[in-house]
Amino acid sequence: MPAPLLRVDDLRTYFHTADGLVRAVDGVSFALSPGETLGIVGESGCGKSLTCLSLLRLIDPPGRIEAGSRIRLRDRDLAEASEAEMRQIRGNEISMIFQEPMTSLNPVWTIGDQIAESVRIHRRVRPAEARARAIEMLRLVGIPNPEQRISSYPHEFSGGMRQRAMIAMALACDPSVLVADEPTTALDVTIQAEILDLLAQLQSRLGMAMVFVSHDLGVIAQIADRVLVMYAGQVVESGPADAIFNRPRHPYTEGLLRSVPRITTRLSRLAVIPGGVPSPRRWPPGCRFHPRCPYAWDRCQDDSPPFAEAEHPSRCWLEIEPQRHVGGWTTTAAPEREV
Amino acid sequence: MGTRPGAGKLGQPLLTVENLVKHFPIRAGVFARTVGFVRAVDGVSFEIRRGETLALVGESGSGKSTAALAILRLQEPTAGRVVFDGRDALKLDRSELKRLRRRVQIIFQDPFGSLNPRMTVGGMLREILSVHDLAHGAAAQKRVAELLEAVGLHAEDAIKYPHEFSGGQRQRIGIARALAVEPEFIVADEPVSALDVSVQAQVLNLLADLQERLDLTYLFITHDLSVVRHIADRVAVMYLGRVVELGDCDSLFSKPLHPYTQALLSAVTVPERGADRKRIILTGDVASPVSPPSGCPFHPRCPHPDKDEICRTEPPSLALHGAGARAACHKIGPAAGGSGPKS
Amino acid sequence: MSKSRKNTEFGAAGRLAAMLVPGLGHLWRRQTRTGVSLIAMTAGQLSVLFLALDRVVATLTAGRLDYWVALLSLVVGLGLTWGVSLRSLRVASHGPAHLSQWAIAWREFKRNRVALLGLYLMVLLVVATLLGPYLTPFEPSVIGSDIAATRHLAPSLDHVMGTDKFGRDVLTRVLYGARISLAIGFLAVSISITLGTAIGAASGFFGGAVDNVLMRLVDVLISFPRLVLLIVVIALFQPSLPLVILVLGLTLWPSSARIVRGEVLSLREREFIQAARALGLSSPRIILRHIIPNVLGPVIVAATLGLGNIILIEAGLSFLGFSVPLPTPTWGNMINDGREYLVEAWWVATFPGLAIVLTVVAFNLIGDGLRDALDPRLRL
Repeated sequence: MPAPLLRVDDLRTYFHTADGLVRAVDGVSFALSPGETLGIVGESGCGKSLTCLSLLRLIDPPGRIEAGSRIRLRDRDLAEASEAEMRQIRGNEISMIFQEPMTSLNPVWTIGDQIAESVRIHRRVRPAEARARAIEMLRLVGIPNPEQRISSYPHEFSGGMRQRAMIAMALACDPSVLVADEPTTALDVTIQAEILDLLAQLQSRLGMAMVFVSHDLGVIAQIADRVLVMYAGQVVESGPADAIFNRPRHPYTEGLLRSVPRITTRLSRLAVIPGGVPSPRRWPPGCRFHPRCPYAWDRCQDDSPPFAEAEHPSRCWLEIEPQRHVGGWTTTAAPEREV
Repeated sequence: MGTRPGAGKLGQPLLTVENLVKHFPIRAGVFARTVGFVRAVDGVSFEIRRGETLALVGESGSGKSTAALAILRLQEPTAGRVVFDGRDALKLDRSELKRLRRRVQIIFQDPFGSLNPRMTVGGMLREILSVHDLAHGAAAQKRVAELLEAVGLHAEDAIKYPHEFSGGQRQRIGIARALAVEPEFIVADEPVSALDVSVQAQVLNLLADLQERLDLTYLFITHDLSVVRHIADRVAVMYLGRVVELGDCDSLFSKPLHPYTQALLSAVTVPERGADRKRIILTGDVASPVSPPSGCPFHPRCPHPDKDEICRTEPPSLALHGAGARAACHKIGPAAGGSGPKS
Repeated sequence: MSKSRKNTEFGAAGRLAAMLVPGLGHLWRRQTRTGVSLIAMTAGQLSVLFLALDRVVATLTAGRLDYWVALLSLVVGLGLTWGVSLRSLRVASHGPAHLSQWAIAWREFKRNRVALLGLYLMVLLVVATLLGPYLTPFEPSVIGSDIAATRHLAPSLDHVMGTDKFGRDVLTRVLYGARISLAIGFLAVSISITLGTAIGAASGFFGGAVDNVLMRLVDVLISFPRLVLLIVVIALFQPSLPLVILVLGLTLWPSSARIVRGEVLSLREREFIQAARALGLSSPRIILRHIIPNVLGPVIVAATLGLGNIILIEAGLSFLGFSVPLPTPTWGNMINDGREYLVEAWWVATFPGLAIVLTVVAFNLIGDGLRDALDPRLRL
């Protein structure tokens, strides 16, 4: 296994609000190798987007990356870097693409201006060279007639084309890590398929590593090499994608996989994870998943389970007492309760 | 459908839609001259039998939501016929329309946006009951409790405001509101699209339970084919304002006829590894409904190898291909079952 | 508008004619409205040049600033008309490939005839103000030797708007008064908009303590009764043109700061700002390149509506005698002058009053038109 390119250790991003402490990201660790795709999957409010923003240190007050969090890119600790250093790193070594292609481009400048801007900032090149690079990037992401489309404004592009332009912008300076935060969620399925295909192609051609965040297990199954499953600000399970999807260890992963309707099979009723996603202001004590877990016993309410350093770890007491892994998921439309 | 007892014997058409058209004029200038039309729905026909679920599937801009609004007359259709339980819904007078509105209800995608934030859930439900003269006073109180329990909430929740509920609970309230008038037919417009994955299953199961208990008929509008597979008896696939394929759920998923349906199905991701599914990657974007392509609306993106002049010039009709399967494509042979990408 | 000849190339002679006479090329292309306006503008300016040729010649020797301003405007105006015509011809013959937000806004604005009427009125007013000395043969503040014979003459061909109690031509004074009103309006609005945008943008973008301090300052300034504040400040010093401009400019920025702050707060959450940060752009660069251009729409609308407002306030101040001192004509002090003679010489107060109404209406029409044209729904 090659040396990790990016290594995150105990990342904690807390919000110090007037109503108290919000532990939005609470001890996330992972390593990313060159050329690898790490999928982060979880529901709304589990902290996956904030994990992404933390990697680029784009957290605004009252949010803060807590002391002791480490984000090592090669041999630099980004958690310790100055804001000026971070500006050099963003868009240059780590780039990010966002969910909403409709609002992630500035409506007043042309597509070409916006791609060239990031090149001009990070590489001291003449405007003509930056423009040439912009054209090259647009061609790379599969936009036809890049010489003409470079003078288009965002409103002249469709959603899929804008997402392609965003990708061109993010990759213009050859970053070694691309952070993609739900990049296909706002797109139609056929366009989503085009973009996923494009990202996979670009990755094999350019060799960048990718952190790909999605709430959609299907998308993650398709694109990720390794997967982090997040729940309530923590990683509850991580491992190679094949293992996660074929042999899930954590009850939450198991429940998610059973409750998602699939196109390949028809069930009369889906399995149900009772209740709803907890609020980050009040994580449940003990194991954060215990109020919704069909296997939970008293130990789960009191103590938070350990998360071992392993190939395929799971943050669950079932790891210690596997004999309790019996019974499980119902299909009744059980009422959702506040947890 | 074998999976749903009772669906077969209730097979009379409840709703028949014939050649429904909804064009939005594009106006310009001071005198608002009409300079063009958005052909949101451009000749849609289907029928829904009592007790079944018809899913109307399509990507953004396919006109699926507009079709639903036009059927409910929340937007007046430009042309076409909508026959509900033997009566032409487009020719009803006011009082008849009000009676019809009681029998037909809608559930929206955004449960929060569709609930009045300044009204308690109980107040909202009681208002509906009294407007339709269904229950008053203590009877209304009792009915509200019943409704909330039917959708998996508690009677005590009646005194809460919408913001006190989570997304999934709000969608349950939206469903309770639709059920309040004891409808026969429910139009569900992307009812689970805004919900978390783990909550989505709860609401889908609830909708299925209610259908069974109350003999409801659903028109289920969604872009998510995985959900369709789970909930629908029959499926209509829309593209640029037209139905391109219409058929039984199982046969449509196992043997899609239209190239667009094939591409759409192949683009759906599955949370499985190693599933060897052939993917069809389309190129280009959906054309604008302002100037739809001539001939077959799908021809600019169509990956079919035999695509030719007739696709560019002749709009195909929704022809019958085998038992219960209809598709609008020139390139499907007379023998049913075209060559799908999947087994 | 037929587009049949839009892309036809002209012959050599046609091209020469279109280049020499602004608007001719547009007529040829059947862009009648643009063509007629361009020809009318050229003809108007040329006729001023020839009808007032003696005064144009006198400019060279008179050594008066307003004459030079008029001459310069005439030359620049003719040049601009010609240049705009050539440019729009050239653009049209290639066909506009990509429409920027501003081009879309202008297209929308042009569709709104009422707003366009406001724009025509304003252009007419500005041109008339600049060309004032060439348009009337009279002096605004010189009192004739025979007041008894020239005072309170009713409107006639010689004095289109009559004369006042000192026998001065009212039209001339209205034209010169327009200078004061427009100068105060434009300069004060520039000051207040610049300040307001800078303060609002900083407040919205940085948030926190910066925002708190700046917005409390805004609250304090807004809660003062404006007219009283203006009168007190002006009364403390000697009223003069620069003072009035400065005071108006410095008291009117809070409302635009609020507008800008609100816009910036919502912009800051837009993903392209996040994307800009993720690309490594610095805060000043994000504010200048990504935030300010996106708030200009509402700012321009506020500025246009503010212009009308400032002209009204100035008229009120000078009616009360708190603005530019006599004998410099302002619309406000002219109305004040004519107030006593409203019955026997109604024209003295009526025409400056009409001028105020027309100007303010013109700016409001433009502002409303801009508001629609810059509608964020069009910005996608």
